[in-house]
Amino acid sequence: MSKLSRDDILKLARLARLDLSEAEIEEYGQELSAILQYVEQLQSVGVDGLQPTNQVTGLTNVMREDEVQDYGYDVTDLQKNVPAVQDAHIKVKRMLG
Amino acid sequence: MADSQWLPIADIAAKVQSGELKAVDLVEQALKTISDKKEYDAIIATLDERARERAKAVDAEPKGRLAGVPFIAKDNFLVFGAETTAASNILKGFNAPYQATAIEKLEAEGAICVAKANLDAFAHGGSTENSDFFTTKNPHDTTRVPGGSSGGSAAAVVLDMAPFALGTDTGGSIRQPASFSGAVGYKPTYGLVSRSGVVAMASSTDVIGPLTRTVADAALVLDVMAGRDDMDGTTIERDVAGYIGLSGELKGKKIGVIKEYMGDGLDPGVKLVIEATAEKLKAAGAELVEVSLPSLPMALAVYYIICPAEVSSNLGRYDGQRFGYSKPDAKDLDDSYMGSRGIGFGKEAKRRIMIGTYVLSSGYYDAYYKKAQIVRTKLINEFNEAFQKVDFLLGPVAPTPAFKIGQNVNDPLQMYLSDVMTVAVNLTGIPAISVPAGTTDNLPVGLQLMAPQKADRALLELARQAEGVLA
Repeated sequence: MSKLSRDDILKLARLARLDLSEAEIEEYGQELSAILQYVEQLQSVGVDGLQPTNQVTGLTNVMREDEVQDYGYDVTDLQKNVPAVQDAHIKVKRMLG
Repeated sequence: MADSQWLPIADIAAKVQSGELKAVDLVEQALKTISDKKEYDAIIATLDERARERAKAVDAEPKGRLAGVPFIAKDNFLVFGAETTAASNILKGFNAPYQATAIEKLEAEGAICVAKANLDAFAHGGSTENSDFFTTKNPHDTTRVPGGSSGGSAAAVVLDMAPFALGTDTGGSIRQPASFSGAVGYKPTYGLVSRSGVVAMASSTDVIGPLTRTVADAALVLDVMAGRDDMDGTTIERDVAGYIGLSGELKGKKIGVIKEYMGDGLDPGVKLVIEATAEKLKAAGAELVEVSLPSLPMALAVYYIICPAEVSSNLGRYDGQRFGYSKPDAKDLDDSYMGSRGIGFGKEAKRRIMIGTYVLSSGYYDAYYKKAQIVRTKLINEFNEAFQKVDFLLGPVAPTPAFKIGQNVNDPLQMYLSDVMTVAVNLTGIPAISVPAGTTDNLPVGLQLMAPQKADRALLELARQAEGVLA
């Protein structure tokens, strides 16, 4: 499956929460199909008995104490990057109908 | 690299410590060079005020291994004193509330960040043409790209704007611009440098490293940044021997020339430079043998599944609610998400999010993402086998020298192909370096050297020797 239909593109955009223009839907349809066709060469690689690699450090479960650490941040400083603020909170659109 | 206004980094620091040089003057020198060479578009913002303040503080108490040394950070590092945009519209106006660990460590040794360098937005690309702001010009030919994604950092170093710059390398983004622009670019072992405070791209391959004029400079900067960090759970212990005071000789070193990188698709001019380089290393006493890694031609396909998958996940945080661009007058939460991301992200970010979403989606996960992870294991095994036979591997950094601005912009797959010789290093986590090796048609060509995981010191020692032979 490497040729993506318009519906495939719309579904992906929906899953990824991306508003796309008509031009982008058209363009991504072609480009993504070409890219997927390229990566499909992996299907022919023999991989008997091999396990997937998720990460390469060999580290497992790097833990620390669950303690509050004071980094001296000021709440109003942290809020400067927030699009909408009310009192000490991040303001978002209504979530539940 | 010849004709620099900057001394070796260790010498600058020593002279600032002794009072012979003043940090305030060094900062002005860097800022003036940046301003004089503005037409290359290497820089997104300068940190004039903060840099001058810090320089005064350093002069008042001149200490540290990088005392008074100006540097430039790729604009995906969180740094005080300027916005951090990752060259993306969606992060425009973002002021970091904390600094990257790498920046903190460099500042603790007296280094001074003077500017933020251009990149492909979110580090997605190999030319800086994906920057949402502008394209950086190659220092050797302004009609060509400087490479990417750390193209602004590489160009800045070659243009002599500062003694060193920081980059990030997810699929070649330090080494490829180093090769295209003519700098030394070091990609450490995965996990050696903390990524806390750096805008995440693909978390299983992202690393931080220096771009410099010499291997010794790169080693010193790495030595300051390397090691475990509580703020990044993927960091590993540093080498007890450290990364400076490099010694050793080429004699007796066994270097494998990668067969798969020297064949079809390699620009004849680049091939000549690499072959001549191999001959010089051999004449200096190294033993060179041809090595084959049969799965290497699959590495790019593996990378362009795993990387977009991780990108789509990491870019999920740009939701228009907590930071970054937010669509004004959205009618509901969904419209706010869809609109903020649809408008805020540039073309390449959206392209990668779409691919990543596809390969991770139900029904395709096993065929694409899981298969790529398994072939990744196969690649790792082949590299391990190769390193049983040789100490190091050698090849070009990229199949071509710097290409023309605009040449590949309408063909994303062609653009991805410029990463074909760098991505395997990221997938396997090993260290690698690009060292200027010569020119073809007056354009720089980098030599890529690779070593086993955690053999960073040995690799830097080899690169230092190679640099001497090539000079």
